[in-house]
Amino acid sequence: MADPDNSTSGASHSESHTITALVQDIPGVLARIAATFRRRGFNIASLTVGHSEKPGMSRMTFVVIGNSSAINMAATQLERLVEVVEVQDITNQQIVWRELALVKVRRTPENRAEIGEIGAIFRASIVDIGAEGVTFEVTGGTDKINSMINLLRPFGVLEVMRTGRVATRRCDDSGQEDSEQGI
Amino acid sequence: MSSSQSTAQDKQIRTGAQIVCETLIDEGVSTMFGLPGGAVLPLYGVFSQYSQLRHVLVRHEQAAAMAADGYARVTGKPGVCIATSGPGATNLITGLATSMMDSVPVVAITGQVSSAAIGTDAFQETDITGSTLAVTKHNYLVTRAEDINRVLREAFHIARTGRPGPVLVDIPRDVFQAPAEFRRDEPLNLPGYHGTITAPEEQVERLAALINSAQRPVILAGHGAIIARAFKELRLLAEKAQIPVATSLLGISAIAEDHPLSIGFPGMHGMAYTSLALDEADLIISFGARFDDRIVGDIKRFAPRARKAHVDIDPCELNKTVRVDAAVNGDVRQVLKQLIPLTSIAKRPEWLERMETLKREHPLARKAEERSPDELLQGPEVIAALSQVTGGGAIICTGVGQHQMWAAQHYRFTRHNSLITSGGLGAMGYEVPSAIGVQIGAPEEQVWSICGDGGFQMTMMELATVAENRLPVKYLIMNNNHLGMIVQWQDMFYNKDYQACAYTANPDFAKLAEAYGIKAIKVSSRGQLEPALRQAAEHSGPVLLDCIIEKVENVFPMIPSGQSVQELIEEPASL
Repeated sequence: MADPDNSTSGASHSESHTITALVQDIPGVLARIAATFRRRGFNIASLTVGHSEKPGMSRMTFVVIGNSSAINMAATQLERLVEVVEVQDITNQQIVWRELALVKVRRTPENRAEIGEIGAIFRASIVDIGAEGVTFEVTGGTDKINSMINLLRPFGVLEVMRTGRVATRRCDDSGQEDSEQGI
Repeated sequence: MSSSQSTAQDKQIRTGAQIVCETLIDEGVSTMFGLPGGAVLPLYGVFSQYSQLRHVLVRHEQAAAMAADGYARVTGKPGVCIATSGPGATNLITGLATSMMDSVPVVAITGQVSSAAIGTDAFQETDITGSTLAVTKHNYLVTRAEDINRVLREAFHIARTGRPGPVLVDIPRDVFQAPAEFRRDEPLNLPGYHGTITAPEEQVERLAALINSAQRPVILAGHGAIIARAFKELRLLAEKAQIPVATSLLGISAIAEDHPLSIGFPGMHGMAYTSLALDEADLIISFGARFDDRIVGDIKRFAPRARKAHVDIDPCELNKTVRVDAAVNGDVRQVLKQLIPLTSIAKRPEWLERMETLKREHPLARKAEERSPDELLQGPEVIAALSQVTGGGAIICTGVGQHQMWAAQHYRFTRHNSLITSGGLGAMGYEVPSAIGVQIGAPEEQVWSICGDGGFQMTMMELATVAENRLPVKYLIMNNNHLGMIVQWQDMFYNKDYQACAYTANPDFAKLAEAYGIKAIKVSSRGQLEPALRQAAEHSGPVLLDCIIEKVENVFPMIPSGQSVQELIEEPASL
């Protein structure tokens, strides 16, 4: 029968969802999306955007934190925007995702071996070196990058630049062109 | 600027300003409300070439936006307003927000400083596209005259399709002046915009099943039913399945209030019998009403015995606040057409009898007291008298406040789409300019604007616009020298600590009207009311009636904010 608690903002716990959006590459689209999220009070943990394979279109990847109805509402609000062409919540689908970080560490003759070893363990590459220190480039999951930074901290981390998450669904094995369902 | 137009091979060269005008004409625009300024003067400079476009000069850009809003509500066509850059554009914002909250199609064209000056804090520069992100459905900054035609066509398309709303187009001065090839055939670049979708059949079938199994259903018709012009279909469904029809504030007149199935409007200041009907229902079907907090109150205790269904053109409204058992995403009129054949004929004599009982036991009007004709008027009786004199067939504009609630309660609306009010935003000052737009959009109709003395003063300079355009609007000021709704809240919730709610220096409104050359009638006692109303109705030009109403009194019934029908207050605690 009727549910006495009508509310959609239930007491369900917060989850982290990955949402991708295909948007028109038009001046101001990022400002409009950011304003929409802020106005509705949605919690954006990270956001990346860049050109996609379609000319004139960019792809954005959001990590949104909230309960399931808040996240549904965020996706619907995003989709309603005129420049947003397609929105997908790919959290529960099979996805490939990566983040990237540039980590600048102080380097001395005493610590260089250890720092080098840490870099090798995390399969990070050295992309810059100088008197000040060395800059690692590391890609992978959030936890992996967090671990590497924590291990480097005792040596003196000078600067960390992190991107948000980029994600895509795993390749479909069924041979169909546009499979909407995850596996 | 000469236009070249000889052989088919010659390109049509026009200035940006000319392209604006020709595109507006293509889009069926006949009236624009505006006020000129430096950045938009190049546009005004070509108006004399286009006699099909009528420009109505206002006295404040807010009135241009609100007049465009009123025009759009009554005609169903997008209203058009024009302002210059900087302060002209920012003055539109309250009007745009009104249209945004109530889903009204408006296209606002603003001038902008020259392209080279953008971002330099130039004279009269504002980032209006940034500033209006929250109050427009979409907006544009045009950078090339070649884009004007496509952008304006997109703007009209977005404004009028799907869930309607205001769209702002910002055009730099040099773009107005630049020559460009005028092409009408560039396709719209809106891959992500889907105007009106057809509701999936399964959603409609699920809704039909709920209706067919309900014993005590109630329809809640909102602004969406009026925007869709679904009057006939709504009535047919209600009659076929014998379902009483309540409305939201903005849904008033979706069904004629003298129809036997009409049961009024619920919520904070709605009729007690309507709120009680929702409370007893086992199914509430919203057609284009968004379960706003003024109706729902405490979500946990709203209509606890009822399943809910929601038909709405905007998917973002479905399950936004109230969780529903059936959601149908589509245009209300189209959905009703799909729904009616799937709905069973029903007879519900007990439920309909219950509606009559509730109306009898919780009447809106207080029992007619013995009051002498010399006594001061009270708000509700002014509206009731107006309803009598006009036969419920006028178009009623209102401001915001007590007078607005009394108008909604006591006027018996028999003409579809006849309440023009700022419901979602609740913008005082709406009363004067909205009536301007409504009268221009519906020149044959009798238009009455119920005004609060507070809101009236926010936009009263537009009496000049009324006089200049000879618009026969009847402005009725419910004058109690107070911000009445503020007094009520301070009386009920702030321990009668009356702060900043008394207007002790109101002008003589009748003299003010006469200063504008507008006929004025002052009403200060009950006996004067009806003759004054008749005199105003019969006058062929604009009229202002200054109705002095009695000591401040509270609007009842009331369900305090965030509460439920259990806390409904019907009568004042003491007189």
